[in-house]
Formats: sequence, C-alpha cells, structure tokens
Amino acid sequence: MSHHIVEVKHLHHVYPDGTVALRDVSFTIHHGESVAVIGANGAGKSTLLLHLNGYLSPTSGEIRIGDFPLTRKTLPEIRRTVGMIFQDADDQLFMPTVFDDVAFGPFNLGLSGEEVKLRVKDVLEQVGATHLLGKPPYHLSGGEKKRVAIATVLAMSPDILVMDEPTSGLDPYARRQLLGLLRDFHHTRIFTSHDLDMVLELCERTIILHQGRVKADGPTRRIFGDDALLAECRLEKPFSMQGCPVCGSRK
Amino acid sequence: MRAIDGAVADLKRLDLLATGDSVMHRLDARAKVLTTLVFIISVVSFGRYEFTALFPFFIYPVVAASLANLPGGYLIKKIAMVIPFAFVVGMLNPLFDRQPMAQLGPLAVSGGWISCASIIVRAVLTVGAAFILVGMTGFLSVCQALERLGTPKPFTVQLLFLYRYIFVLTEEGARASRARELRSCGRKGLGLSSFGSLIGHLLIRTWLRAERIHMAMLARGFTGEFHSGQLTRFGARELFFVLGWSALFVILRLENAASFMGRLLAGLLT
Ligand SMILES: Nc1ncnc2c1ncn2[C@@H]1O[C@H](COP(=O)(O)OP(=O)(O)OP(=O)(O)O)[C@@H](O)[C@H]1O
Ligand SMILES: [Mg+2]
Repeated sequence: MSHHIVEVKHLHHVYPDGTVALRDVSFTIHHGESVAVIGANGAGKSTLLLHLNGYLSPTSGEIRIGDFPLTRKTLPEIRRTVGMIFQDADDQLFMPTVFDDVAFGPFNLGLSGEEVKLRVKDVLEQVGATHLLGKPPYHLSGGEKKRVAIATVLAMSPDILVMDEPTSGLDPYARRQLLGLLRDFHHTRIFTSHDLDMVLELCERTIILHQGRVKADGPTRRIFGDDALLAECRLEKPFSMQGCPVCGSRK
Repeated sequence: MRAIDGAVADLKRLDLLATGDSVMHRLDARAKVLTTLVFIISVVSFGRYEFTALFPFFIYPVVAASLANLPGGYLIKKIAMVIPFAFVVGMLNPLFDRQPMAQLGPLAVSGGWISCASIIVRAVLTVGAAFILVGMTGFLSVCQALERLGTPKPFTVQLLFLYRYIFVLTEEGARASRARELRSCGRKGLGLSSFGSLIGHLLIRTWLRAERIHMAMLARGFTGEFHSGQLTRFGARELFFVLGWSALFVILRLENAASFMGRLLAGLLT
C-alpha cells in the first residue's frame, strides 16, 4: 500500500528567530515500518515530526505522505492519515471531559453516537484509562494525560502513527502496556524517544539526528553497536545492551 | 497565586456541571438559549432609574438553577465576582447625578445612587442567567444551539475559541506566576520589571499553545463544525418552556409587578 509511505527530501527548517533546526534531512519510510528518531536534546526531533502533519512547513525541501506531496490542498487528508501525539499532552486535550475529548475525532469522521461510544470505550481500554472516562482532562496526572492523548489519536484509526516521546512520564506498567500496544499496531510508526530500550524493542530501524542533520540511518542493533557514533551524538547504549551492573556479565 | 489556579479550576467546574442530568439539562439547548436571550433583553431594556421592578426577575435564575440542581453557593460566589466590575461602571453616577429621587426615611436618595444600584442588580441578573445557561447546557451546546438558530458558523466557532482561549490564558498565567512566586523566595515578587516580562511571556506562550491546540483539533478532523452525541428535538416541552417564561418576562417588564399587585389589591377592595 503505497499510501503509507513517508518520504522526506532535503528538508531544511529555520525558525523565525534564525535557529537552524534541520539541515538537509532526507529519508524514506515504508509501509509497516517502525522507525525511531533519536538524538540529544535540541537535535531537531520534535521539529522534524511537526513537519510530518503540516504543523510546520519546510523552509526548503519536500515531504510526501503516500502519493501526495504535503501541500495546503492535501493537508486535511494527510492530517487524517497521520495521527500525531505531541510531546506535551496538554496541547492535545481541550474538551471538558475525557469522553468528549476522545469522541471529538470520531464525531468529526462522521460516526454515529453509538459507534462513537463503542470506539471511545475500546481505545480507552487499550491504553488502560477506562476509569478516567468522566473526568476533566486537566485534573489528570501527567501520565494519565499522556494515555488519554494517545487514546484520542488511536480513536481516529490513523494509518501512520507519529509520536513525540510517547513513554516519557509513564510508570513502568503503563510503559509496558504502551509497548504492547505499539507492537500490535501494524501500520507505520515513527517516534522519538530517549527511552533507548524501547527503541531497541520496537524498532528495526533507527535514525540519529545530530544538530539538525541525519547522522546515521540503519538497523537499530547495528547503530547501538557503534560506540564512537553514540558518543559523538551524546547518546548511550540501551541498558539491556550494557553489561549487568551487579555481576558484570553481558546479555 | 493559588488564587488564580483556584479561579480557573472553579470556572471549569461550570463546564462540568453541564454533564449533569436534570429536567433542565434534558431540555433542548435552543429553548434555553432563547429564554435566556428574552430574559436578558427584558432586564437590560428597563429605564436607568428602575430598581424595584428588577427584583421579580430573580425568579428565573432561582427556579432554573434549582431545577437543574446547580450548587447555589458556588453560583452565588461566581456571580458575586461581577459586582465590583459593575460598581466601577456605575461608580460615577452618584457624583454627577445628585438630584434626590426617593426618600428613605430621613435620607434623600439621589438619582445617581439609584441608577448605580440598578446597574449592579442588572449585572447580577444577566451574568447570573448566562452562568446558569452554561451550567445547565455546556458551552459547546450553547454554540451549537446558536448555530442551529441561524447564527453564522464563523461567529459561533470564534465564540467557542474565545471561551477556550480564556482557559488557556488563565492556565498559562497560573503556571507562569507560580514559577515566579516560587523563585522570589517569599518576597513580594521581583518587582515590576519581572512582572512586565512575565506578561510578555504569557501572551506569547498563550498564543503558541492556542495554536498547537488548534492544530490538535485540525488533526482530529475538525472542520468548524461541532458534533455531539445526540441532537435533541425542539418539541412541545421546549415551546411551552420558551413561551411561558417569555410571557412572564414581558409582563414583568411592562408592568411593575409590585405596583401591579398593589393596584390589583386596591381594585379588589373597592
Ligand atoms: N519555536 C522555536 N523558535 C526558535 N527555535 C526553536 C523553536 N522550537 C525549537 N527551537 C530550536 O530548534 C532546535 C531543535 O528543537 P527540537 O524541539 O526539535 O529539539 P528536540 O530534538 O525535540 O529536543 P528534546 O529531546 O529536548 O525534545 C533547538 O535548538 C531549539 O532551541
Ligand atoms: Mg522534542
């Protein structure tokens, strides 16, 4: 299915204040791939992801989602295809209750009241937030907000899932749950994370951004095996690839 | 700045009240919007020296709030917040308008004081009615109702965004001033200069956040239309509600109820 391809060509982005956040970024992600974008703080990860659903527009370069170049005309269609979870869940929740918030998207898709109810129940169950149904989003804990934010996007059944640090702020159990959920999601997944163990578990492919440039792009195992590269990009090996701190043995 | 935090949370509580279930909640939103409009027009259209004639109008907010099971103490507190603002508006009247209009025992009350009091009562009535409308309907449904009543869509969407924007602004404000307070080590802030930059930050942050929220709405298929589960019908119950209350408001507006009762009584006695 060619319409789940994400293609970024020579993408540059300069913020209005002159900060060059992305320099000549290019890659192609195919349908069903699970790709991690990693890099130090300020490397440009969030900036890159915000381009994928048109929130930011390239200073130069091109983005294609499926068969369409990302333009003003294709934007509504592309936004429906690309489900995006922001780094800050507060930006994503805006309705008076969790139910209303999750139902917002499905209603816009034109589903009937009953169907919407079913879907809301379903996605809240997937993220383990059913008990929050009637609560106002602003009275949730950080991790609960994150889970509801993920539910709001899943409720749209997107073809491509783009997530900016999905596991930050989640407790170990919720993180496990999210990992399972992402593994079961069979469409294209792209996410940034500082949780390198998650990257190792979920992604066959990793892209390293360093100061706005693609520093490496390849199989996750190979990238995490390159100590020099990791050190240069202010990264470390995932814990599961490091020696055991107690007995010193390697996995 | 817990004060700000508290005020926002409190305002949001109004939104939550709308999720309740009562006779009033179940009524079609259009009926409630129309009735509130007639109410506000009746109250506002009184002459500036009208004072006693305003009081019978309290019947509507009281009846509506109690039928909708809205918490009275909370509403009174919120509505009382407008009194200082209304007073500022009416403050100058007693200075300019010193003509005695009424006699309260030995005290001559000037026209200025009466019109000032009238402004306050009117503010309490209209703001109260609007609060109760939102509390028993929800702002989203109010906008939807306005749209179904023929208000142009861009207008209702703007109204809704404005409402959300207030929350975003106050939330950002609470966060920023909390940060400032924590770092001022118990002193009374860091003076005016830090306050100035705080306001600047606040506006930019609010702007950016509002934009991201708008983005999140677009990402979820928002096209300027608000949907909600079931659209209620405007039936006989609604018609009766609107006509009944409107008739009462018109009568109260045209006839000063107090003197009307007096005349009625006098007529019966002679
Ligand atoms: N609105 C903006 N205006 C100007 N510069 C910005 C803006 N947003 C981000 N930047 C800058 O762009 C660069 C990349 O930021 P970005 O948010 O993409 O980093 P990131 O890789 O997501 O970092 P983190 O891991 O901390 O989330 C940073 O140097 C940042 O200071
Ligand atoms: Mg980021």
